[in-house]
Amino acid sequence: MLKVLKAGFYTTIQDSGRFHYRNKGVPVSGVMDEISVFKVNSLLENEESAAVLEITMTGPTLIFEKETYIALGGAKMSATLNNLPVQNYKVYTISKGDILSFGKLEKGFRSYLAVKGGFTSKQVLGSRSFYQPITKYNRLTDNDAVPFAVQEDFQPKISEIKVASFLDDSVLEVNKAPEFDILTDKQLEEIFSRTFTVAHENNRMAYQLSETIQAHTISMLTSATIPGTVQLTPAGKLIVLMKDGQTTGGYPRAVQLTDRAICILAQKKGGDTISFKLV
Amino acid sequence: MNSPKINIKPFGVHSVLIEWPNEVSEIILEKILHFERFLIKEVFTNKEWELVPSYNSLLIINRTKQLDFQKLSSELHKWYLQLKESPKPDRYLWRLPVSYDLEFGLDVEEVANQLHKTKEEIIALHTGATYTVFGIGFLPGFMYLGGIDKELEIPRKATPRSRVVKGSVGIAGKQAGIYPQESPGGWNIIGNCAVPIFDASKENPCFVSVGDKIEFYEISKAEHDLCKIEAEVGIYKPEKIKIDA
Repeated sequence: MLKVLKAGFYTTIQDSGRFHYRNKGVPVSGVMDEISVFKVNSLLENEESAAVLEITMTGPTLIFEKETYIALGGAKMSATLNNLPVQNYKVYTISKGDILSFGKLEKGFRSYLAVKGGFTSKQVLGSRSFYQPITKYNRLTDNDAVPFAVQEDFQPKISEIKVASFLDDSVLEVNKAPEFDILTDKQLEEIFSRTFTVAHENNRMAYQLSETIQAHTISMLTSATIPGTVQLTPAGKLIVLMKDGQTTGGYPRAVQLTDRAICILAQKKGGDTISFKLV
Repeated sequence: MNSPKINIKPFGVHSVLIEWPNEVSEIILEKILHFERFLIKEVFTNKEWELVPSYNSLLIINRTKQLDFQKLSSELHKWYLQLKESPKPDRYLWRLPVSYDLEFGLDVEEVANQLHKTKEEIIALHTGATYTVFGIGFLPGFMYLGGIDKELEIPRKATPRSRVVKGSVGIAGKQAGIYPQESPGGWNIIGNCAVPIFDASKENPCFVSVGDKIEFYEISKAEHDLCKIEAEVGIYKPEKIKIDA
C-alpha cells in the first residue's frame, strides 16, 4: 500500500481513461498530461494504461508500506525522498517506510507519480480514473491507502531519461472543429492573433480563458464534444474542455486541440497565457 | 430510398462528425441510429472506435489513430448511400414513476402560475406525453427528452440553482429530463423520480439508450419513498415495454 499522510491540493488516481460509455454521458477522464505519463510508465516498463497518481499544484506526503520502484514526471514540484531531492524521469528504488514528499511548485501544474506495475485500485466501468460519482471519491484525502502490486527484482533497462520539456511551451496547436467554418472572420482573427489568459476557473473538466472575442447568436442542437474541444459561448468566452469534460454540449465547437496541446494546457494554471495556432 | 442528406465535418485528427439536417426529428434520429448500427457492426468493429449519437449528429472517434479525413469522409458518404433496410433493434418504452409532491416539485406551483394552469393540469400534461431520448450527455445518464407538450413549454429559470437533488424531474423550453445525480441546474423542477437512471456498479450502467421512449406516471410521496428504498437495495425494476418496430 501507499499511504497518504497529507493529500495535497488535489491528488487523484488516473489511468488512460474510461472508454465506451460516452454514449451514456460518461466523460473519458484519465491523465491530463499523457505525454509525461507515457514517459514515467515507459521508464518503469509499465503498460501504457497503468494507473498513476496525478498531483495538482501542491503535492502530497506519502509513505510506502512495501518495496517498489517509482518514477516522477510532469510538473516540477521539488520532491524529496526521505528528505533527499528527487528528480523527474528517473527510476528510484523504494524501501518499506520511505517517505515521498512534494514541495514547492516550480514549473507546470500537474505532477505524476508512477509505481512499478501501476496502482491497482478498484476499476469502475473499466477504469481506475477518479470521477465522481462514477467512483466513490473525487480525490485522495489524508490517511487513504492506495494499493499497488508487489514487485520482484526489477532491473530497469534505462534508469533515467533526458526529457525535452514542454512546460514552457505556450502555443496550442489546433485543428478545425465542426463549427469552425461558420465563425466570422473577426472571430477567427481574434482566436489566432491574441494571447489568452487561463482563468481561475480551470480544472479537470474545463479551462476557461479570461479574454472574450466577438459574441454570437449561433443556436445549435446538443452534439458530442471530446477532450480538447474549444467551445465558444454566446458572450464570446472560450472554454476548453478537458478530460472530465461533458460528452455533449450546445455551444459552437470552434477548434480542437491536438493531443500534445492538451498536455501543454494541462500544465498551465490560472494567470498563465497561451495562444492558438492552426495546423 | 430517400435518405436525408448528410454533411461530414472534421473534428480534430481523431474524429469526424456526421451531421443531418438541423432539426429535432424522429425520422432523422432513426436514420442516425440505423447508420450507427451499420457502422458498429460492419466497419468500426474494434475497440479503438467509439460512436456518440445526439439529436442530428453522430460523432465517430478513434482513440489513437489519426484519421484521413478525405478518405473516411468519402467512404462514409458511400456507406450511407448504400445503407440497406435492416431489422430494427429492440427498443423500449420505459415508464418511470414521479412524485410531484411539493417536497420535490420545487417549481411546480410557480410553473402552474406562469402557465395559468392548476398543478393537476401540469401533472396531466407532463404524464400525458411520450418522450423520445434524443441524446444522453451533460452528466452520466442525463437524457435529453424531446416530445414535451407545447402547453408545458416554459423558459429555464432566470437564476440556476447551485444544487438540484438526484432524481429531480425538470422541464425547460422544448426539453424534459431527470437529473441523474446532484448537480447545479437551471431547469424548472416539478417532481422527483426515485429510479436510478445511472448506476456505475452495473455492467450496463444506464438502462436507457438514445432512441428509447420515456413516459412518466404519477405516484404518491409514500409510493415514492418505497420506490426509493427498493432502488437503494437494488430490487426496483423499471417498467419497460418493447416497442414494435
